[in-house]
Amino acid sequence: MSCVVRIASPLRSYTAGASSVAAEGATLEEVLAHLERRFAGIRFRMIDEQDHIRPHMRLFVNTTEACELSASVHPGDTVHVICALSGG
Amino acid sequence: MAGTLWVGTRKGAFALHPDARRRGWRLSGPQFLGHIIHHIVQDPREPKALLMAAKTGHLGPTVYRSADRGRTWREAAQPPAFRKAEGHEPSEALAVQRVFWLTPGHATEPGSWYAGSSPAGLFRSDDAGDHWQPVAGFNDHPMRPKWAAFGTPDGAFLHSILVDPRDPKHLYLAISVGGVFESTDGGAQWTPLNEGCAADFLPDPTAAFGHDPHCLVLHPAAPERLYQQNHCGIYRLDRPARRWARIGTAMPKKVGDVGFPIVLHPSDPDTAWVLPMDGGTVWPRTSIGGRPAVYRTQDGGRSWQRLARGLPARQAWFTVLRQAMCADRQPRTGLYFGTTGGDVWASSNAGERWGCIARHLPEIYSVTYAH
Repeated sequence: MSCVVRIASPLRSYTAGASSVAAEGATLEEVLAHLERRFAGIRFRMIDEQDHIRPHMRLFVNTTEACELSASVHPGDTVHVICALSGG
Repeated sequence: MAGTLWVGTRKGAFALHPDARRRGWRLSGPQFLGHIIHHIVQDPREPKALLMAAKTGHLGPTVYRSADRGRTWREAAQPPAFRKAEGHEPSEALAVQRVFWLTPGHATEPGSWYAGSSPAGLFRSDDAGDHWQPVAGFNDHPMRPKWAAFGTPDGAFLHSILVDPRDPKHLYLAISVGGVFESTDGGAQWTPLNEGCAADFLPDPTAAFGHDPHCLVLHPAAPERLYQQNHCGIYRLDRPARRWARIGTAMPKKVGDVGFPIVLHPSDPDTAWVLPMDGGTVWPRTSIGGRPAVYRTQDGGRSWQRLARGLPARQAWFTVLRQAMCADRQPRTGLYFGTTGGDVWASSNAGERWGCIARHLPEIYSVTYAH
């Protein structure tokens, strides 16, 4: 099952500059695992070692924020990786 | 080779390249523009190798590695990370927020490195920084939550990881608002080493831990000699003694003995430099009275001399963080420090005269010399 992942600019060094990549998975966890296999290191910059989304990151499936990695992802969905800008 | 002065800042890494007489400096960079760079450290066993502790404002912490003196960098395959907590111990579900400190391992263990983090954690790599493992003896120590209970407003930093050049299993480390700790078995067991240090912010001034070491150093040529710049003074400890002696009491009373860095002479264990900052009232942590000065001892802390020639005479409110001052190993010692205002100052004569060699950089977190 394929979805589209929109990559925030701070993470595009992992995707060779691509702002949007295709990924496979039925949950956010699976989508991130697929991304990690393609772009080694990218997951840890978003998700900490306790499997928590990092404090200044937000993940959305389409327009719904996903607070858990168990969130479902369906074919054709768009996963947005957002960096919450703050301060200087 | 003249070497390179590496400058880690809140917005990237810069390098300063000296001419042969260390009078002219060429600035290069930034590399990793926008990344928070806490520490850049050369591997003395493999001088072309450097490690860099990095983070961006939003993304998780990581380590970058260079094998070509900083021309190119690769990210660690497995950055420092705590053990994943089991379901029944959510209170100990720690996640590295910052890789704050890097220390090369012992000379007999090529490729070994230690890293310190916020929240306070200790990590080791045995493959030149590519893969990192938590040091369970410290991170899972039953007392670790108490040793690192408070931290600073920016987190509970673990820093100043020291490896005894005589014994790879003899380690020291420091935690801000935690204290100094020692291991004699390669990190399996740890004990506090804070006797004699003041902790006047604690309810129990004789507490075994909870002190606030800002910077702990060990002299490579006399490894029994430790110095410490603490939130509550400057100290010296000559092992095997366990009680620190406050050598900052010999500083001028108007200046006091609060600061962040302490830097050792490369070969003389009795010579050290500090950069005092204002620790009064609300702890402004700026140069005393707006008149920055380095102080030097040449007798192990029994006396101190003010070294301020070339530094601003007034209205200069420097803050110099613990990793932001260093010495080189030239015959006439070069000294360097960077301010949170983005200036780098250098002395090619052991602090006798200072000059500004870079201005307008981002907030400086570390200044380190690669030979």
